[in-house]
Amino acid sequence: MDYLLHIFIVSLIYAIFAISLNLELGYTGLYNFGHVAFFGIGAYTSALLSLAGCPVTLGMVCSMLLSGGMGALLAIPALRLSGDYFGIATLSFGEIIRLFFLNERWLTKGPMGLPGISRPAWIDEGVTGLPGYLIFCILLTLVVFLVTRHLTRSPFGRALKVVREDEYVAEALGKNALAFKIRAVMVGSILAGLAGSLWAHYISYISPADFTLTETILVLLCVVLGGRGTNWGPILGAFMILFFQEIIRFLPIPADFDRFVAPIQGMVYGAALVILMLKRPEGLLPEYKE
Amino acid sequence: MLKIDHVTKSFGGLMAVNNVTFQLDDTGITGLVGPNGSGKTTLFHLITGFYKLDRGQIHFKDKRISGLPPHVISRMGLVRSFQQTRVLPFLSALENLMAASPAQAGEHLSSVFFQPRRVKREESRNKERAIQILELLKLEALGQHLAGRLSFGQQKLLELGRVLMAEPKLILLDEPTAGINPTLIRQLVYVIRELAGKKIQFFLIEHNMPLVAEICEKVFMMDSGSLIFCGTPSEAVQNPRVIEAYLGSEDHVA
Repeated sequence: MDYLLHIFIVSLIYAIFAISLNLELGYTGLYNFGHVAFFGIGAYTSALLSLAGCPVTLGMVCSMLLSGGMGALLAIPALRLSGDYFGIATLSFGEIIRLFFLNERWLTKGPMGLPGISRPAWIDEGVTGLPGYLIFCILLTLVVFLVTRHLTRSPFGRALKVVREDEYVAEALGKNALAFKIRAVMVGSILAGLAGSLWAHYISYISPADFTLTETILVLLCVVLGGRGTNWGPILGAFMILFFQEIIRFLPIPADFDRFVAPIQGMVYGAALVILMLKRPEGLLPEYKE
Repeated sequence: MLKIDHVTKSFGGLMAVNNVTFQLDDTGITGLVGPNGSGKTTLFHLITGFYKLDRGQIHFKDKRISGLPPHVISRMGLVRSFQQTRVLPFLSALENLMAASPAQAGEHLSSVFFQPRRVKREESRNKERAIQILELLKLEALGQHLAGRLSFGQQKLLELGRVLMAEPKLILLDEPTAGINPTLIRQLVYVIRELAGKKIQFFLIEHNMPLVAEICEKVFMMDSGSLIFCGTPSEAVQNPRVIEAYLGSEDHVA
């Protein structure tokens, strides 16, 4: 039962993470391959503040602000590049942030990571706090869902789609395409920061190894599988992928092959992403109906 | 209204637009003709800010627009269509139009969250206008269809509608009738004429000379990057340079 609660909590955190990427990938058409950096910035900010004695909620707000600020800082120069080049810039940004976590030991304790991150004061530590944390996650996911739904149904969301479909048309119609893209990345980064912060306070120990390209691919897969450019898609995708990941644990794999499971998993995700993009780019919940 | 002053643009060694100067006054419909590759579309790109000029200046309503980004020029009331139709394929026809409404408060994050009522009012107003434009174009039955699923001619009409939605003062149309059937051409001509009387000016690139003669009050002609003629359509068809560059020579026909 506790295990099920755990899967639900992690799925919800990934749902928020996927929603944040969907804003960039699904609505604005930006392939951000360094999105995990903002998850990481959120996690580290929140963890460091909380370890320094700052209340968890204040830490969460700070982590969102810092992630959003860093998002703008990345977006403003990187979005002057187009298409694939933007992808490459974000990929390297993700790596830069991971190396920062790894090497700036005075701040992040390097590869040792940060243990002992506490949960909000009103939620118990350990297993007894699981239901409380689950409710906390459900509420936040709901808020994030409603906020992004409101945003994407607004003229702002429509303008993002115009930029996605055709940047020249957007400009010809008086829309500053660059400004819309920057705002999309900023909002996406703020929400990714929230997801990272929730992750840190839940798992209570973070290290640079948690914020690698693998995580970006995982969340990319959640968005593409669920259906990019939709409100429910990323949530569905996150639950499917995370549950699938946990089910693998119960497969009868001989002890000798255990060490192969993790790398094979990565390959499977990569392959799944490629196949989806080729065969069903609209995902399980398509954005538009024929 | 629009003043083009010694405008020059070259790509490498090719002079696409060579020292072009002309002025568009209050003519309702003006045509820009010339063989393929004569620099007409390049000139449109220069006017609307999609290309940077090498030399010269462009003024619109007495304000200098050369050097400004396209979206700023568009907001001043100078809106263009594209030679290849560029509808937004995965938005509905209605959304294609609504997206083009000018100065939407709802495109600002602060209004989306803090003035939802204002955004809602604005949206219903814009929807009404979009439906009116769909009716004008006789596309009202297709409002909910994805724009990418419309026929080529319907997409052309939708693109014109999108330009109208942006409430322009001057509309630049790049080959509005290319590749569409005669019935739709008549409809397009009807719409353009209907609107040309209502404080909207048209400047259009067009290869169909009979059509130019029919609807344009004034014609400019370009050849190899230079402006070679300016006058009424009836003068144009008699001008020897025009005949030589365009009407009489078959090598230029695409």
